[in-house]
Amino acid sequence: MARMTGRRALFAVPVLLTVTFGVFAVAAASPFDPVKAYAGTAGLTASQENLDQLRANLGADQPLVTRWWNWLTSALQGDLGDSSVMRQPVTDVIVERMGWSVLLAASAFLIAILLGTGLGVLAARRPGGWLDRGVSSAAYTLEAAPAFWLGLLAIWLFALKLDLLPAGGLTDAASETVTFGQVASHLVLPAAVLGISQLPWFFLYVRQGVTDALAEDPVRGARARGLSERTVLLGHGLRSGMLPMLTLIGSRVPELITGALLIETVFSWPGIAAATVEAATSVDFSLLAALTVLATAAVLLGNLLSDLLYGLADPRVAFDG
Amino acid sequence: MTARSIRGAVAATLVTALSLTAAACSNPDSPKAGSGTGTTSAVVGIAYEPDSLSPLLGYGKDGNSKIFDGLLALDADMKLQPALATALPEVSGDGLTYTYKLRQGVKFSDGKAFGAKDVVFTYRTILDAKTNNPSRTELDAVKDVTAKGEDTVVFTLKYPYAPFAQRTVLPIAPEHIAGKQDVNNGAFTTRPIGTGPYVLTKWSKGEKLSFTANPHYWGGEAEVKKFTMAIIKDDDVRATRLRSGDLDGAILPPNLAKGFADDKGKKTYAANSYDYRTVTLPTNNKVAGDTAVRRALDVAVDRQTMVDAILNGSGKPAYGPVPTDSEWFTKGTERKHDVAAAKKILDEAGWTPGKDGVRVKDGVRATFPLWYLSGDKLRQEHALAYASDAKKAGIDIRTEAGTWEVIEPRMKHDAVLAGGGSPADPDFDQYTLLKSSLAGDGFNNMAWYDNKAVDAAIEAGRKSGDKAERKKAYDTVQRELVKNPGYTFLTHIDHLYVVDDRFGPLTTQVEPHDHGLASGPWWNVEKWKPESTGDTEK
Repeated sequence: MARMTGRRALFAVPVLLTVTFGVFAVAAASPFDPVKAYAGTAGLTASQENLDQLRANLGADQPLVTRWWNWLTSALQGDLGDSSVMRQPVTDVIVERMGWSVLLAASAFLIAILLGTGLGVLAARRPGGWLDRGVSSAAYTLEAAPAFWLGLLAIWLFALKLDLLPAGGLTDAASETVTFGQVASHLVLPAAVLGISQLPWFFLYVRQGVTDALAEDPVRGARARGLSERTVLLGHGLRSGMLPMLTLIGSRVPELITGALLIETVFSWPGIAAATVEAATSVDFSLLAALTVLATAAVLLGNLLSDLLYGLADPRVAFDG
Repeated sequence: MTARSIRGAVAATLVTALSLTAAACSNPDSPKAGSGTGTTSAVVGIAYEPDSLSPLLGYGKDGNSKIFDGLLALDADMKLQPALATALPEVSGDGLTYTYKLRQGVKFSDGKAFGAKDVVFTYRTILDAKTNNPSRTELDAVKDVTAKGEDTVVFTLKYPYAPFAQRTVLPIAPEHIAGKQDVNNGAFTTRPIGTGPYVLTKWSKGEKLSFTANPHYWGGEAEVKKFTMAIIKDDDVRATRLRSGDLDGAILPPNLAKGFADDKGKKTYAANSYDYRTVTLPTNNKVAGDTAVRRALDVAVDRQTMVDAILNGSGKPAYGPVPTDSEWFTKGTERKHDVAAAKKILDEAGWTPGKDGVRVKDGVRATFPLWYLSGDKLRQEHALAYASDAKKAGIDIRTEAGTWEVIEPRMKHDAVLAGGGSPADPDFDQYTLLKSSLAGDGFNNMAWYDNKAVDAAIEAGRKSGDKAERKKAYDTVQRELVKNPGYTFLTHIDHLYVVDDRFGPLTTQVEPHDHGLASGPWWNVEKWKPESTGDTEK
């Protein structure tokens, strides 16, 4: 197990290197101009001389490989560079925003996994029953519903009609301090919407997995030996039915990141996702590269995690290596 | 028995999941931000987040930055008033030297005194090529700025530039803070310190900017003690949060503002603006560059219908960069919508209708592309309306959408639906739009307009210090634009704001093209006198 983790970590290095270079190459090939993005509306009245000076100041006139190498070498020394679009060091941007995104994504993930597993087991218990049919059709509908639409719907219902929950932001708009209570109440809607938009996959996998497992010989054997239904369902059915879902946990990470992006916009959540879009459209090399490394690392970790979980859940599965 | 226990186990799982959310719900004592908190705080929703709050990088250059003051400021009528200077500047006879006397006893919000060195530092830093200020061109006229003692600052110019005083509304940064860090990325860009009526207490990027009144403000402490700008990019979400009471005011597009017309507790303000939409007619295009075609388009276009249909009535027909209600507008240069006249102009110039109704002259079909910024609905609708009006006169305009990266290389030959407008002085728009030597210089003079009479007039307009003489110069420009319009100006757009009634009747300022933080009824929030009843619970 430790060997596998070590090997994966070693493998991550070339992946991350390739990804950052890819980001620089794609950004350089894109038609977007970092100088135009930096200048914004002021660029519409700026003289060519002014714009040329900006290009030199931002280092946007250097060749691709030079820019990448400079970024990489200083990043390895702990300096991630300055974000041109945010006008502050990349480290500050990430420190300011990362926590809120992680909080949102983790809460949503937890909701999706717990609710998805719970409902999945219940549905598999009586396939074709009212709960199974109801939740399954809801899940298929949800799979088709875009997250931002769910978000607007939730704001309309819970903030506007029922006046139960705040419509957006991290804290009440007039509040200056970030208190636990405020953040918690502001987290409910975005986390629930993001979680529910992820829920169908977990639900459908668990439902299928547990249904299949319940039809297998070992389960029938267990039943025949007179083991309690609870042991059969949780010990046998859920345990092997969970396997496909564990793989899913890792593979849902990228989806979660894209989902968070839309949700953060709809709910004015001050996370990193919105900054990622801005970094991409503004060709903010330093910020974009740093964020891509983080996202890639999250995906690699997600995959590692699901493989480890898989091995733990099913003793028949060996760790590679 | 067994089934029940399973249900129990699953239910426990569900309860755990739900309680996570429920625990977060049970927070009943958090008050609603907006209407519950009386009149000493205001929360407004804005659509754009500033990139930086450093005046050295261009923040607040047109005045009204809540955190800073300029040497001068603009009042409700866009007249210059002294701010950190004690009076309007003394201008030398040749128009090359501007002398400002500074207000004494002013302190930055960190308690350190403001002085002449801060003014010199601010302007010199902006003019420094290493500073990434994209608006540096606006201070192009400045040769040098020097301090004479503690309380006097002298600007010397490269050439006489009449509207220079208008540029000195730009905010003054403290040298003792901003001078000690990286001007482009230092902490000052996000945690600014100024002399202004408000102090920034928190900038939660992507979410909001929070301000508190500066108790030591030289102009007196503001009555609205807490002021918050919530950044909500989506128009619908902004309207929703305004309705839910989360916000006290917000900027809204016309169709959403209409939804608040019947709300007794809220008032809608339409801010007059210099924000125009225009079609560039590049001189290099065989069709659009023909004066007859330009003049025909100028009268073929139905501006009033655009205002009514596209802007829901919130705007005015535009005949040039100067709005019709400005003191600088030349009366009598309005053009009537007249398709027959347009056809006559084209007939006389030899553009005869071809088989498909599109006119032809010497084998050239009267057709050219018109680009608009993709995703900008307002520009798209203007472009489509313009093309349909032109069709009636026999000119075939093909509308195409693209980003600026796509449009920019084509600007020399293709028409573009452009926008702009800066209200403080007629020089600001007209010089960059019309000066022939600026053709193709960045986004300046996108139409490659070239007219000797206009060149001379705008040059005279910026050099003369005499207002009557300047007015005459800009009259010439506007009359020349009737004879040879290099652009078809379509509309000036009002910006709409909906604000809670308890803040009393408010004013708006004439607004520029881009909605800065300072635009909207809150341009002078430090002077608001909210109804002091405090009884505003719904």
